[in-house]
Amino acid sequence: MKIAIASGKGGTGKTTLSTNLASYLSEKNKVVLVDLDVEEPNSGLFIKGNLIYEEEKFKMIPKWVQETCTLCGNCQKVCNFHAVIQLGTMILVFPELCHSCYACSELCPTGSLPMTSKKMGDLKEYKKDNLSFIESKLVIGEEQAVPLIHQTMKYVDEKFGNDAIKIFDSPPGTSCPVIEATKDADFVLLVTEPTPFGLHDLKLAIETMKELKKDFGVIINKSGIGNNNVEAYCNEEHIPVIAKIPNSRKIAELYSSGSLLYNEIKEVKKELIKIEDFILRLKETK
Amino acid sequence: MAKEIVIISGKGGTGKTSITASFAVLEKDKAVIADCDVDAADMHLLMKPDFAKSEDFYSGELAVINQEACIKCGKCADVCRFDAIPFTDSKYVVDDLSCEGCGYCARVCPTDAITNISQNVGEWYISDIKTGSKMVHAKLAIGADNSGKLVAQVKNEAKRIAEEGSYDFIIVDGSPGVGCPVVSSLSGANYVVLVTEPTVSGLHDLKRVYELVHKFNLKAGCIINKYDLNEDMTSKIKDFLEKENINHLADVPYRKEFIEAITNGQTIVEYDKGELKEIITNTWNKLKNIIN
Repeated sequence: MKIAIASGKGGTGKTTLSTNLASYLSEKNKVVLVDLDVEEPNSGLFIKGNLIYEEEKFKMIPKWVQETCTLCGNCQKVCNFHAVIQLGTMILVFPELCHSCYACSELCPTGSLPMTSKKMGDLKEYKKDNLSFIESKLVIGEEQAVPLIHQTMKYVDEKFGNDAIKIFDSPPGTSCPVIEATKDADFVLLVTEPTPFGLHDLKLAIETMKELKKDFGVIINKSGIGNNNVEAYCNEEHIPVIAKIPNSRKIAELYSSGSLLYNEIKEVKKELIKIEDFILRLKETK
Repeated sequence: MAKEIVIISGKGGTGKTSITASFAVLEKDKAVIADCDVDAADMHLLMKPDFAKSEDFYSGELAVINQEACIKCGKCADVCRFDAIPFTDSKYVVDDLSCEGCGYCARVCPTDAITNISQNVGEWYISDIKTGSKMVHAKLAIGADNSGKLVAQVKNEAKRIAEEGSYDFIIVDGSPGVGCPVVSSLSGANYVVLVTEPTVSGLHDLKRVYELVHKFNLKAGCIINKYDLNEDMTSKIKDFLEKENINHLADVPYRKEFIEAITNGQTIVEYDKGELKEIITNTWNKLKNIIN
């Protein structure tokens, strides 16, 4: 069972929901929480477990071998990303532009561009009772999040069976990293806030999920601020509003210091129970 | 020449867009606005743009297989590193969302059954806005790659407008994260404003995004929004700013008027009449002094 937690707008509470839900569900279930917001992963600030595994993650890039190169220029011709450029008698590789498609390497007539690995991030796995937590972090300066998200998902697929509830804390937005993080999910929870920004970006997120043909529902966070337009929109569009997490200064303060909320604030626990019921019902039908 | 100020935050939801929009209102017709948060652009909700000029944006390619010419040899699927050509219903079909447009498949196809078509990945606009100035903004197509290139397009247009007119500033609402759209947002900046909040996530993301700013050798200042939410965390942020030589521009208190303004479709400096307005106005003036 894979649940992705996503949102169009950043800062709506994806990480708050992911960490609280994962921790709460792990009281009775085997749960895997995966932070796929590899550019700015934050779940680890709220989940304190024991580090049980870590590895460096690499992407493959071509490396020029001058001795055998005939300067035929084929590599430059086949690279659609301008990551391989012939400059006079030199072949230059721009690793941050490379998509690791292997075309230049495998189509080189003399094998002068073998693929070599370049570090793009770190994956860490933590354990706390029934909860496993996986976090991947992109190296600063590395521009592409998708390959690291892809490898992280693969790690989770190979390591954990279907009996666990897997929760994926996704990156914000609607572009390729979000698609990568949500495309295998059984269900997507879209977190929003009841403000004009929240509604505008929620609509983009909904459009994305429809395009991906995903089942999804909405969680309204900071309920009480702004206006009623998000809920009215969801009702009109027949989109289920699964829970409404209230807004309060106390919640913001707990969050600011890296604390989980549901043991301190009973209104939050009540909403998590609603989400739990929803997920368990969903699990029976899958 | 107009000075370019890029406002970023690393973490979302820190108030970056609200503050950027306030600066735009304060500087009126002397600042061109660029919304480089093309993935979830929100500036237009506060700037009332007229979408006077719009243009399609093409970037990247997508492989398409002509089924009549395909002999089902499977070479395309073999070379594809993105698992974008599954064999389903006894034919090879490209999965649009997985295809990265590298074109390798077309190069190995023995019957030339594969063509690459360029992709429409969004639209960009030049608008007249309520401040009497111009704004360049964009809408990225769903699931599109290359948002970094669209960001570059938006910025280049804003620069062109600034050079042709008599503008003092280009105010850029940057993208979240530390990846390719942010790198694009930062290129060519004269000054970077980091908007953060005193939370564990705020500080964590500030440090990561500053690493990127530092890598580009850019001067930066920081606004701590909701500073009174956690004074202990605020002082940790201040320690970090001091250590890294980042200008501490302002502490903005946690007030309900901040959200009320957006809910009314207004910037803080239009909606609020009290301390928030004063702080944001002083911050903008301070910022201008530092840059000039």
